[in-house]
Amino acid sequence: MQRYIARRFLQSLLAIWVMSLIVFSLARVTGNPLDVMLPLEAGPEEYERVSKHWGLDQPLYVQYAIFLSKAVRGDFGNSWKWHGYSAMGLVGQRLPATLQLAGFALFISIVIALPIGVMAAVMKGTAWDSVAKVIALLGQSLPGFWLGIVLMWIFAVHLGWFPTSGRGGLQYMILPAITLGWFQVAVLMRLVRSSMLEVLDSEFVKLTRIKGVPEWKVIWKHCLRNASIAPLTFFAIIAGVLMTGSVVTESVFSWPGTGLLVVDAVRARDFQVVQAVVIVFSGIFIFTNLMVDILYAYIDPRIRFQ
Amino acid sequence: MATVTARTLPWYAPPRVAGAMRQVGRYPVVPLSLLMFLLVIPAVLAPLVAPYDPLKGSLAKRLKPPVWQQGGAIEHPLGTDKLGRDILSRMIYGARVSLMVSLVAIFVGGSVGTGLGLMSGYFGGKTDALIMRLVDISLSLPTILLALVLVAAVGPSFGTVIIVLVVLLWARYARLVRGETLSIKERDFIARARVAGASHSRIMAKYIFPNVVNSLIVLATLQVGYVILLESALSFLGAGLPRPTPAWGLMIADGRELIVTAWWVSMFPGLAIMLTVLSLNLLGDWLRDHLDPKLRHV
Repeated sequence: MQRYIARRFLQSLLAIWVMSLIVFSLARVTGNPLDVMLPLEAGPEEYERVSKHWGLDQPLYVQYAIFLSKAVRGDFGNSWKWHGYSAMGLVGQRLPATLQLAGFALFISIVIALPIGVMAAVMKGTAWDSVAKVIALLGQSLPGFWLGIVLMWIFAVHLGWFPTSGRGGLQYMILPAITLGWFQVAVLMRLVRSSMLEVLDSEFVKLTRIKGVPEWKVIWKHCLRNASIAPLTFFAIIAGVLMTGSVVTESVFSWPGTGLLVVDAVRARDFQVVQAVVIVFSGIFIFTNLMVDILYAYIDPRIRFQ
Repeated sequence: MATVTARTLPWYAPPRVAGAMRQVGRYPVVPLSLLMFLLVIPAVLAPLVAPYDPLKGSLAKRLKPPVWQQGGAIEHPLGTDKLGRDILSRMIYGARVSLMVSLVAIFVGGSVGTGLGLMSGYFGGKTDALIMRLVDISLSLPTILLALVLVAAVGPSFGTVIIVLVVLLWARYARLVRGETLSIKERDFIARARVAGASHSRIMAKYIFPNVVNSLIVLATLQVGYVILLESALSFLGAGLPRPTPAWGLMIADGRELIVTAWWVSMFPGLAIMLTVLSLNLLGDWLRDHLDPKLRHV
């Protein structure tokens, strides 16, 4: 187990390193790095400052050493668009909003997916099962950003139940969270359904039924507990997907999180901020993947020996 | 009918052809025809079918609603956008753009992945270890962010989108082909070809590759829908195709700020994406079940 964890950990570090290499080289191989790092409107003193910060007059390997040592300390330079902020400071400031939205979306997708998945398994082959199938299919085929706009159009513009965009109380969070969680609902529901089917078929369920346990208790207590192992390990993957999915959702609903920050930064060609967000997000993404793999290996020992 | 299965009547096997025909007739006709209708025919015939130039509009006719609404006219059945361009025409050309991007990306990504997968599985050892590490890393990179950095550095273009998609797609093909190659290379006909003097590259191209084509077709079909979704999301974020390309994702982005006054600008392209991806997914599932059932986990 330790060897497996150590190997996966090194692999994750390698992945982050590759990502930082991509960020570093993209700015430098495509001609003058200052043209990439700064927008056209930037003045000469801005050029001077950025050039000095990253040591751009030095040879490439020195530049890489400077980049790496600053990156490790979380220094990605100062933002060009948002004056007086460091790139990393901006990310730190916006990250809570993203985490809040992602957490709520995760909550909503569980609340929707769990009962539907369980019912679909219990009533396999009925109309209810078909409804679940249609939801799963739609979940994989609907573009998330479009779903967001449709929800906004129906529930915010026409019905006026929710505000169209921005961040505030709970009512601001519902539409973006549904948009963000939609795809996960489909995935999670299918997982719950298939693992419930497996459990419903097992011997101990027959035994509890023979013992005279009421049917609702058999399903919601005995079966669901055993069926939730597989979906549980999936949650961390979902968390990773939610992080990156927030880029799209936040820009639909103008939710002031990290996702919106990076899209705005790309539009303003604020490369310092872009690289900070990308490295931080990649780190979160890669390490949630690592956590999932470790969790899997813990639950299913066969994986460790592959 | 449902009770008459192979299990209840073990001695009876229906003629293969008839069985296959019944399968074809039963399930994918709807998605298949929908797909042809929605994507392939208009995309190929775009200049003939589309009533207007997708890039030219007249400001006098801007934001006309669809024909069934007050103020709509039959000349623009699905209305016009804020530059007075015909939405239907842009959607038809958009089908062409989506199809083109996904086919090119899947072809390039698939070729790279297949080549590396063949080498990885066939040679094994250090080659295998190196390529598989690359696969692991590439599968753990966050896509949309990669696209955003690339666009921030070199700007949005057709080439940028293709590069991002290829970087994302190749690894799955490599993994799939490697797995299949590992088992195929142990078979007798490979050893015989070796004895007969065939070179390594000839064995990979002529003996192993034909045996993985079925799986490749299935994976490629299953990915078209995914790639269309991804491309439209990138375009929506401004990290995909540049304006004024008639891409569905861009059209939806244009309609976002008009949602209160002109809902049709973003609704119709979204419906187009949804129906296209839906029918592609159904088609891919069907192909998988019939060509290569062992790919169920993909």
